[in-house]
Amino acid sequence: MKKRTVQQAFLKSVPVMAGYLVLGTGFGILMRNAGYGVLWAASMSLLIYAGSMQYVGVGLLTGGASVLTVILTTVMVNARHLFYSISMLGRYRDAGKYKPYMIFALTDETYSLLCDGEVPEGVDANLYRFLVSLFNHSYWVAGGILGNLLGAVLPFSTAGIEFSMTALFIASFTEQWLSSGDHLPALTGLLSTLLCLLVFGKESFLIPAMLLITGILTLLRRREEAAP
Amino acid sequence: MKSALLIAVMAAVTLLLRALPFLVLRKRTPAYISYLGRVLPPAIIGMLVIYCLKDITPAVRPFGLPELAAAACVVGMQVWRRSALISILSGTAVYMLLIRVIL
Repeated sequence: MKKRTVQQAFLKSVPVMAGYLVLGTGFGILMRNAGYGVLWAASMSLLIYAGSMQYVGVGLLTGGASVLTVILTTVMVNARHLFYSISMLGRYRDAGKYKPYMIFALTDETYSLLCDGEVPEGVDANLYRFLVSLFNHSYWVAGGILGNLLGAVLPFSTAGIEFSMTALFIASFTEQWLSSGDHLPALTGLLSTLLCLLVFGKESFLIPAMLLITGILTLLRRREEAAP
Repeated sequence: MKSALLIAVMAAVTLLLRALPFLVLRKRTPAYISYLGRVLPPAIIGMLVIYCLKDITPAVRPFGLPELAAAACVVGMQVWRRSALISILSGTAVYMLLIRVIL
């Protein structure tokens, strides 16, 4: 059963593997270009383990941001993780000794792999979710190290590699759109944020956007819960 | 040394955000929170898409064309192949090519 669990968890994590290697490598290269060596890149990928935050974090480090700025920026960029945890409350409740690590490692991608709640037949569900989280984490750290080491010797310019993160979210958005019959939440997120960007400007639109999204979805609750 | 402190702060705040719902809602989950847990993820992904594209300058050359073309490529590939990996790789390749050609 244990062997099968490891096998199934690995198979489940494969789609994230290349994505994380590319995104992680992009991060490693950014760190190299900002003057930070492999230990720095590896520590960030190991300890923070949040893709978009680490990309933003490179700018914070080089810009010499204050601790307060870093706290506020992290809250803004990562506030969505609150919602991932909220929707995994039930599923992770009885994960026992694996629970603390699984909560730490609940990234966008790990969430998207595990949020449907499906677990293959004949595996230990908790160990399975723990291993999917662990495999993904290891790809991410490996990418950071690889990018940081290779960034110094790559013979071509890597400008534009950061678009891989944008591409990841656009792909998730599209996949979500295709697999769900209810497009209202997705549209709410997209249009509210666009509106807030136009009204508040790109320095300070994220928090108003989160409030507006939560507000609109709260108003839509009756309608949404009536939907199949 | 300052960098190490800032990295520790980023790690601690990120972990706190991930753990907070588990710490606060230990016993049972109110229906409203369960509802948010269901509808927020697609909305937040939509928010992140806009967040990533916020630096586009539609009025200034190259008018956001590399971003929009690469985004269209990602959407098209995802609809066609349903593989996030293929979509991400091809979209990023299109973007890296366009910023070298259009500028």
